[in-house]
Amino acid sequence: MAAAAELKLLEKSLGLSKGNKYSAQGERQIPVLQTNNGPSLTGLTTIATHLVKEANKEYLLGSTAEEKATVQQWLEYRVTRVDGHSNKEDIHTLLKDLNLYLEDKVYLTGYNFTLADILLYYGLHRFICPLVWLLITPVTQCFSSSDFTSR
Amino acid sequence: MRLFVSEGAPGSLPVLAAAGRVRGRAELLISTVGPEECVVPFLTQPKVPVLQLDSGNYLFSTTAICRYFFLLSGWEQDDLTNQWLEWEATELQPTLSAALYYLVVQGKKGEDVLGPLRRALTHIDHSLSRQNCPFLAGETESLADIVLWGVLYPLLQDPAYLPEELGALRSWFQTLSTQEPCQRAAETVLKQQGVLALRPYLQKQSQPSLPEEKAVSNEPEEEELATLSEEEIAMAVTAWEKGLGSLPSFRPQQNPVLPVAGERNVLITSALPYVNNVPHLGNIIGCVLSADVFARYSRLRQWNTLYLCGTDEYGTATETKAMEEGLTPQEICDKYHNIHADIYRWFNISFDIFGRTTTPQQTKITQDIFHRLLARGFVLQDSVEQLRCERCARFLADRFVEGICPFCGYEEARGDQCDKCGKLINAIELKKPQCKVCRSCPVVKSSQHLFLDLPKLEKRLEEWLGKTLPGSDWTPNARFIIRSWLRDGLKPRCITRDLKWGTPVPLKGFEDKVFYVWFDATIGYLSITANYTDQWERWWKNPEQVDLYQFMAKDNVPFHGLVFPCSALGAEDNYTLVKHLIATEYLNYEDGKFSKSRGVGVFGDMAQDTGIPADIWRFYLLYIRPEGQDSAFSWTDMLLKNNSELLNNLGNFINRAGMFVSKFFGGSVPEMVLTPDDQRLLAHITLELRHYHQLLEKVRIPGCLTQYPHHIFDSGNQYIQVNEPWKRIKGTEADRQRAGTVTGLAVNIAALLSIMLQPFMPTVSATIQTQLQLPLPACSVLLTKFLCTLPAGHQIGMVTPLFQKLENDQIESLRQRFGGGQVKVSHKPAVVETVKTVGPQQIQMLMDEVTKQGSIVRELKAQKADKNQVAAEVAKLLDLKKQLALAEGKPLETPKGKKKK
Repeated sequence: MAAAAELKLLEKSLGLSKGNKYSAQGERQIPVLQTNNGPSLTGLTTIATHLVKEANKEYLLGSTAEEKATVQQWLEYRVTRVDGHSNKEDIHTLLKDLNLYLEDKVYLTGYNFTLADILLYYGLHRFICPLVWLLITPVTQCFSSSDFTSR
Repeated sequence: MRLFVSEGAPGSLPVLAAAGRVRGRAELLISTVGPEECVVPFLTQPKVPVLQLDSGNYLFSTTAICRYFFLLSGWEQDDLTNQWLEWEATELQPTLSAALYYLVVQGKKGEDVLGPLRRALTHIDHSLSRQNCPFLAGETESLADIVLWGVLYPLLQDPAYLPEELGALRSWFQTLSTQEPCQRAAETVLKQQGVLALRPYLQKQSQPSLPEEKAVSNEPEEEELATLSEEEIAMAVTAWEKGLGSLPSFRPQQNPVLPVAGERNVLITSALPYVNNVPHLGNIIGCVLSADVFARYSRLRQWNTLYLCGTDEYGTATETKAMEEGLTPQEICDKYHNIHADIYRWFNISFDIFGRTTTPQQTKITQDIFHRLLARGFVLQDSVEQLRCERCARFLADRFVEGICPFCGYEEARGDQCDKCGKLINAIELKKPQCKVCRSCPVVKSSQHLFLDLPKLEKRLEEWLGKTLPGSDWTPNARFIIRSWLRDGLKPRCITRDLKWGTPVPLKGFEDKVFYVWFDATIGYLSITANYTDQWERWWKNPEQVDLYQFMAKDNVPFHGLVFPCSALGAEDNYTLVKHLIATEYLNYEDGKFSKSRGVGVFGDMAQDTGIPADIWRFYLLYIRPEGQDSAFSWTDMLLKNNSELLNNLGNFINRAGMFVSKFFGGSVPEMVLTPDDQRLLAHITLELRHYHQLLEKVRIPGCLTQYPHHIFDSGNQYIQVNEPWKRIKGTEADRQRAGTVTGLAVNIAALLSIMLQPFMPTVSATIQTQLQLPLPACSVLLTKFLCTLPAGHQIGMVTPLFQKLENDQIESLRQRFGGGQVKVSHKPAVVETVKTVGPQQIQMLMDEVTKQGSIVRELKAQKADKNQVAAEVAKLLDLKKQLALAEGKPLETPKGKKKK
């Protein structure tokens, strides 16, 4: 349940103290957040956006209409393009496009650091730096049941 | 700001509908560009629609553009809207683009288009009806509604693709469609051409790959992911403690099985296989095996269950086969009936009776129904133009004529039905007809025949369907087929033939004729029951007390869902009619069709010669059961499923649990002292068990098989792993007690699994039960609660491994043997190989192996190693990549030339 680990990390960096409970849904292990007041929330970017609001750090979602739409656009990009099963060729195109886009920018929205930067960073780690990915993947996922047999 | 759109780009619909929001607030220019024009400078692939903002930045996501328009109009973002939009992008969009592509570019229709999408549409429908609001995010229309409406509009504007059972979705969609901005957007984009307006754009796109297939419908369990309540835990503990005591008293199997008033009575039929063919794997999974799972499940629920099937024996095909083999038709039927019966026995199909249609009961019941129909004026007489082969000196039965389909132009259409478009054909309408026996061109001759007056019965049929369909488990494809027949209007249907081998027509002037098999084959179910018990009418004339489930492949739907019900309704004799019609799609073999004549594919009698046990065949066939869409049998996938799902996961868990009892506790189940964590585990497993029941009650076989045994032994495995009984057994007294509890619980989970597996793998289930010495009453009942069936002190038997590894070379040689010389058969344009994907862990493992093997190859190459050695390692790498591609459900990469995307 890698998405839950990612959300835990996000909670930490947002300074949220109370630990939320996450479960995972379906084959793609989409994260689900159980909230005390109201229905559960489903989906990585939906939950991440919610956490940012909970931490009173709305500025991370952009301040103008343009910024807000841009942040959400890159969040969508993260879950559709970056998380999609990409082959090497696709990953190469994706990195090339991002590189070109960022040539004249500091962050994805220009000069302001936002949630989009955080989640895209996490997402890209998977192919840029497999070791870090391994670190944020919970231990249970690294143990397959065949390890268990050989014990 | 400037909006770039392209003719027929589906994204234009939501964007234009949302643009209504900014009218008067900002200046919006619209430019039309070609579908391959790169508007956004930093994106390699062309993308439209795109919004260029006044700042010079671009929004290239359809949803983001709509969001921006809404934000400009003062709307504020909320969680629920975000959730819908994320769902749209990640779940809906992949299946929807595939569906649109099938429909618009590939010309597919019906369930081929709707099937993959149904889950998503149902999700919207359920959400709307659950929250009881007219719109997705509340009382008023918002961003989520506009985006979802816009992307769905091209498809749903055709009523054929707006399923009527999804009432909430329907009214939501219609409300939005009548609003002015939406209407205007629809006119601009579709130009009144319907979905075809998208063609210029879509045909320039590469085919979207359908996302990995997931288990059908798990809406109920999604809602119940909520944490377990104290009450649920307490209930699970009580049930567990009651143990064997809560089992109902053992009921021996009745003979004959008869319905009992006040109890649930389940009558199950599997489509009757035609006698002169040996069934292939597709036939086996399509009906007999699927029905068997349900029959076994139904018996585990202690419902009064009668499962019947038999061979369909009349007709010209039998006459011809008899001529070929120099036997009488009766002798041919006897011979092949036994072949069929043997095959099903080998597959462990639990028929209460496997009968045949050539019996005196068949004649009696068929003629009775006919007399009743005749007396009530539902039979017409007319002369028919028929194909007669002068060379063979006989009228040609439909299946003995082949020609070009008058509807779709398919060249090998049969005289009764086209395999490609599925339409029923009148043999004389075939273009360029040929006699299948001698290949000469038949001539048209006239002959008197009887017709069932379906138009006169149509109203009764619709009334009956109106009562039966809502809330029933008719599969979507069956509903679709019946709906399209009714939409086209019913026509009188010929029920007699110029043959000898059939049920005689009891009417003056028709002495030389027999009933057409499709009039009397479905009556075979009744006569087979009549041969089983003289009280057959308690099953077949008892619609109030009997639930009739009929299993078949989709080509049989019209006869079971329409022709037979019309006969039965017209006969006015209180017949039991089908309550749940369960139809499958087709199973393909590797990348083509099964073909007896070309020797492609595995046929029932050959499966036993492969050395692979029947239960493994059952498991794999059920795993890939073509529910919702066609699926394909693949040797590699079968190996993978056997070695991972069965051997490594399931077999491993059950074996470990049993071994702990034998090794650490001398074969006697230890005392269990439950901690709060253990109690939660009980409640969790009870919950999983409930979901298993929900799925099987709805006959969702792969959905159930891929999830529930898995979820349960996964929980068991995790539980053992966390608690490490093999370490604690060597520790203090408290540690030893803990090891005992964990082992005891684990072996009870194994016992539960053995019962849950019984419908799918009866032999494996029995083996586990013998190994664990599970008490007899517990073996034949599956309750909705998790019980302690192996209490402390219970002695288990010898524990041995359950599954055997399938080796690559073994599978390769089988592939060679059954491959039919690797003839590429491709009747359909692009049969999508819908191999079920394996879990993410396994994909990760395979990925790692590919990476590892890749570096070995690179190193060898760098060292300029021996050519043969390099080639061998490269072959390994390619094989791994292939496994990975299969595991991810991707089409295999073709080695020749690079495909430009």
